[in-house]
Amino acid sequence: MAKNDLQGALDLLIFKTLSQLGSMHGYGIVMHIERVSDELLNVEEGSLYPALHRMEQSGWVRSEWAVTESSRKAKFYTLTAAGRKQLAAREKNWEQVVKGVQAILGFV
Amino acid sequence: MGVFRRIWVLGKRSKLDREIEDELREHMRMRIHDNIAKGMSPAEAARAARLRFGNPTLMKERVDAEDAALGLDSLFRDVRYAIRGFAKNRAFTAVAILTLALGIGANTAVFQLLDAVRLRSLPIQKPQELAELRIIGGTQGFGINYGPYGHFTIPMWQEIRRHHDAFSGVIAWKGAGMQVGKRNEAKNVHGLEVSGEFFTVLGVSPWQGRLIEPQDEAECTISKVVVSYPYWKSEMGGVAITPNSTMIVEGRSVQVLGVTPPSFFGMVVGDRFDLAYPTCIPPRPPRNVFDFSVMGRLKSGWNLDRASAYLGSLSPGIFQSTTPTGYGPGATKQYQAFRLAAYPAGAGVSTLRNAYDTSLQLLLAITGLVLLIACANLANLMLARASVRQREMAIRMALGASRRRLLRQLLIESGLLAVSGAALGVALAQPLSRLLVASLSTSQGSIQLSIVTDWRVLLFATAVAALTCIVFGTVPAMRGISADPITSLKPGERGTTGSRERFSVQRLMVITQIAVSMVLLVGALLFVRSYRNLMTFDPGMRESGITVGFFDYSTLTIKPENEAEFKRRLVDDVRGLPGVQNAATTNTIPLDGSSWSHEVHVGATEGSSKFTYVSPSYFATMGIPLLTGRNFAATDTSDSPHVLIVNQAFVRRFLGASQPIGQLVRVMPEPQYPESTYEVIGTIPDTKYNNLREDTPPIAFVPATQLPVTAQGPWMSMMIASNDSPAAINVVRRSIHAKYPDMNLEFHDFQQGIRDNLVADRMMAMLSGFFGLLAAVLVVVGLYGVLSYFITQRRNEIGIRIALGARRWQVIGMVMRDTAAMLLLGVAFGTGLALIAGRSASAMLFGLKAYDPVTLAFAVTLLSVIAALASWLPARNAANLDPVAALRSE
Repeated sequence: MAKNDLQGALDLLIFKTLSQLGSMHGYGIVMHIERVSDELLNVEEGSLYPALHRMEQSGWVRSEWAVTESSRKAKFYTLTAAGRKQLAAREKNWEQVVKGVQAILGFV
Repeated sequence: MGVFRRIWVLGKRSKLDREIEDELREHMRMRIHDNIAKGMSPAEAARAARLRFGNPTLMKERVDAEDAALGLDSLFRDVRYAIRGFAKNRAFTAVAILTLALGIGANTAVFQLLDAVRLRSLPIQKPQELAELRIIGGTQGFGINYGPYGHFTIPMWQEIRRHHDAFSGVIAWKGAGMQVGKRNEAKNVHGLEVSGEFFTVLGVSPWQGRLIEPQDEAECTISKVVVSYPYWKSEMGGVAITPNSTMIVEGRSVQVLGVTPPSFFGMVVGDRFDLAYPTCIPPRPPRNVFDFSVMGRLKSGWNLDRASAYLGSLSPGIFQSTTPTGYGPGATKQYQAFRLAAYPAGAGVSTLRNAYDTSLQLLLAITGLVLLIACANLANLMLARASVRQREMAIRMALGASRRRLLRQLLIESGLLAVSGAALGVALAQPLSRLLVASLSTSQGSIQLSIVTDWRVLLFATAVAALTCIVFGTVPAMRGISADPITSLKPGERGTTGSRERFSVQRLMVITQIAVSMVLLVGALLFVRSYRNLMTFDPGMRESGITVGFFDYSTLTIKPENEAEFKRRLVDDVRGLPGVQNAATTNTIPLDGSSWSHEVHVGATEGSSKFTYVSPSYFATMGIPLLTGRNFAATDTSDSPHVLIVNQAFVRRFLGASQPIGQLVRVMPEPQYPESTYEVIGTIPDTKYNNLREDTPPIAFVPATQLPVTAQGPWMSMMIASNDSPAAINVVRRSIHAKYPDMNLEFHDFQQGIRDNLVADRMMAMLSGFFGLLAAVLVVVGLYGVLSYFITQRRNEIGIRIALGARRWQVIGMVMRDTAAMLLLGVAFGTGLALIAGRSASAMLFGLKAYDPVTLAFAVTLLSVIAALASWLPARNAANLDPVAALRSE
């Protein structure tokens, strides 16, 4: 059941964001999640960067320095092939977690 | 892989560091930028961004933590930081490491010795397959036993050689002293007589030339030898062995076949051999001389139990066919009931094991306790240090360091101390264990042990270091990080001053130290007093100024019919020399461990008695008074009626209440000793026989002239009494050499010989005394340190007390009461522990019991004095405290 924990949610959000945007820096990821979720989800920087570095260590994302639209230097993260595989697995996993949680909530 | 890349760039740590910093800073800037775009003022925007972002250092550390390489690097940083801290505090570091090194070193040294004596395998192939064959329970006095390893007669060996189904090969060996070189410059060497298959079965291959092989086992005069590596190096100059290499052994030129490898020292741990020669089977081998050790290599699929069962079923046949003739029916039956069994021999054989096993284990326990005291001291030092560093810890915690990180830092510090202490300790253990071995050597012979640091020793040292680290490091570390940053940082606060809990941990340490040192002191006192008892014990005969002389006249070819007269003349010659008070021959030297007994029947009482054959002047020479009856005289010869002088144990055992003089004693037959009846003509008091610790057995003295001629050899030993032994030896040697140039003479001091047998006691007395003292010193240091620390922590309180009118003696009393409370608890625990521990030592004590009240009282007094001394100085300092200064400094 370890994989079914809710904490995997942040990783999943990052994976999904990167797969949608292709390549993005940490701030961009935070903004994207806020915008897309209509400010319902608010990612803490204190969790985001450790998570990004952990994912890089695991070989799921790779990073490079590039210039943003506002011509600032920033570190951009991109999904690797292994990362894409992880995303698929985690998405499936998440569906089950949601189902499980809904079942609990719907229990009378 | 990312991890490898990161480790690769570990050297460029600052670059990686900067990267993370840059990334986070850019994030902040983007946020500020957006905030301004939303309409905030620049200052407002920066503040909002910082608020949202949180503590940047903490954040960076959390990102760092995800990075394996950086985690490793921060470990290095902690180590560097710890070393910097130690370098700043040299006195503390030196004391800590030295204490640990001494403790670990002493433990390792004793363990190393135990390892060498007991645990290490022989340097042969598959040592675990080697088994020694012995009679279950030994020969119990039957026949003649040579040396501690003589378990087989030659006929028994021949039988085993024919029937060894359990073993792929069997070997026989015995040690023998021999002489090498030309007659007038001959040197004594350690010989090893081995059966032809010895080296092949053991799997020892030659270093040079070849070793003894089965075909060498032919003639009974030595013609071929193999030398040991050390002997080859030191005595033969390490010159290559050729077919022409020869040496003179026992006056004959023999061929040197080869050299054994350097690691092979023979079969006896603690001994060496210089040369090995093939054994021979004489035409009519004696059936009652047990002088060989027999070993076998177990076949695969056989274990010791199975081999023992096999030997057990074989035994009746073996002992039936090898029964010696000339014994009475009782002895013959005893012989035929012997059973053989197999015992492990992969670690060789050694008398050191029986002699020193308990001593060494006790020593290990003692050194362990010393280490425990040292650890308690260190823990207290670390506790004091931890409270001094409370502010540092509080600041680091306030800046966002996690408790785990700080705990790691503190554990790294104690780990570093433990590792340095252990490394130094292992180095220190080498000379220490050599010193130990040297302290076991006697005037007669030294112990040959190769002390090496093998994996067992290293494992032991590592385990000890880890244990000490846990003992002295954990509690202070837990304390160090449990501080509340707020209170610690308040001005004027000395951390958690006055917290009862912290004080009680330090008190507990001191109480433990006192209790443990009580055990050590009691042990030391017991061993020292026991050794003193042994040294001053009166064995019932003269000890000082007695020289034991050994006269070997085998080269003189005296005719048997002249031998008695020759011996009488020799004794008279020696007695007449200037400086010699008296002299007498004896076939048994008292208290040197040798024994000679016969079966005797007195009326209906049957049993065994020790027999000693002496010349008439023996009792006068040894200062033994005659209680009743008459002494031996020149008229007691082999032709006159046989007579005995017996001791009190003999009277009690065999003669009972009746008048001893005139009673008849029948001595049962043995080969070379025909049955004979003796008349008791005198009695003497009980004197110790071959061991100070044993009760005196029944002893019968017989005139030397009445020892059957068949049992005599061309040698005699003489006890020579004089005021000045070295001078007397000189006079005797000169006059005998003038008269008989070819006679071989050897002398040693009787008292020295007795003391040589007490080396184990001497070692225990010396070492336990030393460690007892060391424990006492450690307690002084520990108590002093803790009390000083308490007083510094209570400066305020004491200042107020003095300001309010407390007298000097009241302040001193306050400190002393503290000491007294700890002392009382420590001594109470210590006494209990000492009584429990004493039980394991009681077998080694002489003339006193383990629960000796005098010793206990003395130890308590000693500890009280020590405690009083250690607390006096801090107490006086407290009393002399200037209340104004003490209160102002806060």
